[in-house]
Amino acid sequence: MPRYFTSEHEWIEVEGSSATIGITDHAQEQLGDIVFVEVPGPGTTLAKGAEAAVVESVKAASDVYSPVSGTVSEGNAALADEPSLVNSAAEGEGWFFKIELSDPGELSDLMDEAAYKDFLVELG
Amino acid sequence: MRYLPLNESDRSEMLAAIGAASIEELFADVHPSVLLDKPIEGLPLHASEMAVERHMEALASRNMAAGQGPFFLGAGAYRHHVPALVDHLIQRGEFLTAYTPYQPEIAQGTLQMLFEFQSQVARLYGCEIANASMYDGSTATWEAVTMARRITKRDKALLADGLHPHYAANIRTMARFTRDRIVHSAPSLDPDCGLDALAASIDEETSCIVVQYPDVLGRLPDLAVVAEAAHAKGALLVAVVTEPVTLGALATPGELGADIVVGEGQSLGVGLQFGGPYLGLFACREKHVRHMPGRLCGQTTDVEGKPGYVLTLSTREQHIRREKATSNICTNSGLCALAFSIHMTLLGDKGLTALAAENHRLAIMAADRLAALDGVRLVNDTFFNEFCIELPVDARPVVRELAEEGVLAGVALSRLFPGAPQLASGLLVAVTETTTPEDIEMLARGLEEKLA
Amino acid sequence: MNANSSGWRPAMPADEETVYPAGSTHTGNRALMVEEPLIFEISNSLNCGVDLPEPEPGRPSRLGNLARDRQLGLPGLSQPEAVRHYTRLSRQNYAIDCGIFPLGSCTMKHNPRLNEQVARLKGFADVHPLQPEGSVQGALAVIDELAHWLVTLTGMHSVAMSPKAGAHGELCGILCIRAALEARGEMREVVLVPESAHGTNPATAAFAGYRVETIPATADGRIDLGALRQRLGTDVAALMITNPNTCGLFERDMVAISEAVHAVGGYVYCDGANFNAIVGRVRPGDLGVDAMHINLHKTFSTPHGGGGPGSGPVVLSEALAPFAPLPIVRRTAEGTLTLIEEETAEADAPESFGRMTAFHGQMGMFTRALSYMLSHGADGLRQVSGDAVLNANYVLRSLEDVLDAPYAHAGPCMHEALFSDAKVAEGISTLDIAKGLIDEGFHPMTMYFPLVVHGAMLVEPTETESKATLDQFIAAMRSVAGRANDGDTSLLQAPLHAPRRRLDETGAARKPVLVWSEVSQFERVE
Repeated sequence: MPRYFTSEHEWIEVEGSSATIGITDHAQEQLGDIVFVEVPGPGTTLAKGAEAAVVESVKAASDVYSPVSGTVSEGNAALADEPSLVNSAAEGEGWFFKIELSDPGELSDLMDEAAYKDFLVELG
Repeated sequence: MRYLPLNESDRSEMLAAIGAASIEELFADVHPSVLLDKPIEGLPLHASEMAVERHMEALASRNMAAGQGPFFLGAGAYRHHVPALVDHLIQRGEFLTAYTPYQPEIAQGTLQMLFEFQSQVARLYGCEIANASMYDGSTATWEAVTMARRITKRDKALLADGLHPHYAANIRTMARFTRDRIVHSAPSLDPDCGLDALAASIDEETSCIVVQYPDVLGRLPDLAVVAEAAHAKGALLVAVVTEPVTLGALATPGELGADIVVGEGQSLGVGLQFGGPYLGLFACREKHVRHMPGRLCGQTTDVEGKPGYVLTLSTREQHIRREKATSNICTNSGLCALAFSIHMTLLGDKGLTALAAENHRLAIMAADRLAALDGVRLVNDTFFNEFCIELPVDARPVVRELAEEGVLAGVALSRLFPGAPQLASGLLVAVTETTTPEDIEMLARGLEEKLA
Repeated sequence: MNANSSGWRPAMPADEETVYPAGSTHTGNRALMVEEPLIFEISNSLNCGVDLPEPEPGRPSRLGNLARDRQLGLPGLSQPEAVRHYTRLSRQNYAIDCGIFPLGSCTMKHNPRLNEQVARLKGFADVHPLQPEGSVQGALAVIDELAHWLVTLTGMHSVAMSPKAGAHGELCGILCIRAALEARGEMREVVLVPESAHGTNPATAAFAGYRVETIPATADGRIDLGALRQRLGTDVAALMITNPNTCGLFERDMVAISEAVHAVGGYVYCDGANFNAIVGRVRPGDLGVDAMHINLHKTFSTPHGGGGPGSGPVVLSEALAPFAPLPIVRRTAEGTLTLIEEETAEADAPESFGRMTAFHGQMGMFTRALSYMLSHGADGLRQVSGDAVLNANYVLRSLEDVLDAPYAHAGPCMHEALFSDAKVAEGISTLDIAKGLIDEGFHPMTMYFPLVVHGAMLVEPTETESKATLDQFIAAMRSVAGRANDGDTSLLQAPLHAPRRRLDETGAARKPVLVWSEVSQFERVE
């Protein structure tokens, strides 16, 4: 399954017309211990770039923007009780939400894994 | 200059170390056209401690202190006896001259006190959690209205007519800018709190209803009735308590179904102080904690496993969330919270209950005595330590005349509700444990004389 | 996702072997440092510290059906128990009375005790806010006299006295601006704030319904006038600026900045948190400011009290003065002082935006601040700002070789010196330096603010520190910074000598325990 990345440190894994979205391992490392995650509920429609979720550490709160447009099919309920999943498995069990893509064409604007790695190197 | 430790030799040495010729040189970034080169005119020069003391004493002597004679004012600020220990303890420099506990390892005193304070407020209000305080009861109330909007995503707030008009005015001021819709009207001199009509007007757009308990006329609204009506429509009940001593006798707003309980804490430990600083109390359900304004102190452990306290859930606040914060509040009323907490600790359940009973006993004595005067009607059929009487004449001039004779008779409703002529004859009378039977007699005789 | 650029990440030391060898006493106490339980743990329902008549059962009541029928669970203590509890708690606090408290932007200066005594005079402390005007002429005179000082020191037109704290004052100022724009029939949408602004600024603007946009800074830490001019337009309601700014620098272009904002019909709000740097030397009115709150607890020495109460009167330009909130104190033709409240507002203050607090503001802070002003006088207040700036520059020049000082090249600082963690070894951060200072007996500086500097350390000594104290602080800071630069990882364990070691803030936020309960106590004992 193809996995894409954004310059805002989100990842998105696409399977057919649906996709799973989370924040990257680099992002969780920058934030430190995650204490709270608020994910969108099913049925929420999101435009590309819209605020979709909130992730908080003790001293920082960050908005997570949807890298694509679509309708949310599921938020990761496990994060409510165990926000530390984002630290331990940001790009796995610590996913944020699943979305039905309304415009798969938007994916072409995103980075692949190699491009994201280069991007991180550039950031220093 | 007794508060400035640098002397001329220090200043020269330090300037030499910096490499500047004068203090003025350090202000080089200020354009000379706006940099003053001598003390500002129109203000006096420095003064000795004794001279300042005399000046301030002269100003103080031009006020009539509440303790100078019979005193019956309330309406959101109450005169209670504060044990001497309270003021002694809050003047300890380690409390008085500390800052917001940003370094918890060396601020456990303040933090533990705040945790105790939050716990006391939550229990007093019958709520699950409370914050570390707000500026005062009135600002806490509009913060509650904005919090209800965030939770319900609705923008219409219904204010019971018994809400303190200054509290309502605050809410209206803020709503003018936030575009919340506020529904509120003045009360009438009626024993009924008008809750049925209020409950009937709750609809699907209502974010909250705001009910003061006891209300501004001293009446006791049954919050349970409106709580049910509000919850049926998905709205929240905000209860406002301006006199915390009330809860030594009455059921708590939380147990009656209020979702957010706010109020004024001034009665305990803080004193009258001409209106400030006071102490905003704020409590709610735990599930709403992330929508709460203000600082929160939480319990945790240190690396050795010892219990300790920290400010927590700070991501709600302005210093982190900036324009998305739940409120712009920064400083709270820390020292007033300490005073409240110490006074509450000296009382405990037992003392608070006894204090409330004494207030209520004296209030009944006063209400019965005044109601027996010719032409005077007691408006309330229920009350705690404050009630409203209707005079056969406008109350305002009576209050002014009695003040000149040394009797502070209460608050004329026309001061609070200038636009409501139906209330002009209303006089609000508060009675606390500081009121003596002699005071009540002097008020009764004074009123009798003015009404004759 | 926007990353955490400030670098602030509280962390517990992971290294188990260096855990403090508990100074093992039977009690856990360490001589003067005594472990103190919660009031809930030491009291019982019978203890009480006041004497009140026992309520007689069956006495008449007018409580209707609302009488309480259960215990509240509030702990009580006798007076000797209470005095010990709170005295022991107090000893776990650092305070200005104990030593330098160099929190940048917070202005922790000495709190004169004369002010405390004055505030407690019965004629001030025991006066009700709704007493008839004739019985409170002295209180109104305090407000009037303090207003005169504030207006004169700032060169402004008038002052709104009721705001309860700095952030409340900001709200007051922004609401005046919005009311003034509405009176002109304009609905502007944007408030501009510089990157380095206090968090309260954007929070306030957003509350008042404005969209917040950020203006970048120049390499020397000041607002970029070019970028500001480019952004300004008729959609801009106000610029919220802090001067001196939160990097401790005076905005050299302030007059031009104000002119540019005024040229598009906008207003200039100045965050007055740093007025203590310029009091008696620069009048904000001369800089084109339209509104500025003054933190009486910063510049004018009223005590911070462990987090308030503050007091935030707002000085206003002539353009904004008519919109000031109620109540307003005014002198009548007969020379008495009167309060303009709702009753007479229509005639006497028709454009006031209304009330923003129940009563008249922080009288208890007014009396303290006025005592402070009278003590210093116009000459002393000049010395106050001079010494505050001298002390900060002394710290800046004494530390700039061991700590990165991002704007030190740009000239003198004002009342606070800004450093960063740029020279600090990998793996050690600003937080560790702060905790190291605690072990050296000092309260740390402000950490991670302003946000524009990574790992910021903002040191504000204030004018009430002696040279000897500054020299001690500098020596301690040089030692700790040296250890940090050398990669001394023992700093990660600091503090070792405070009443508590590092606290688990992550755990506190993940599973918040905000009130005491029998259950939480049980868990802790486990």
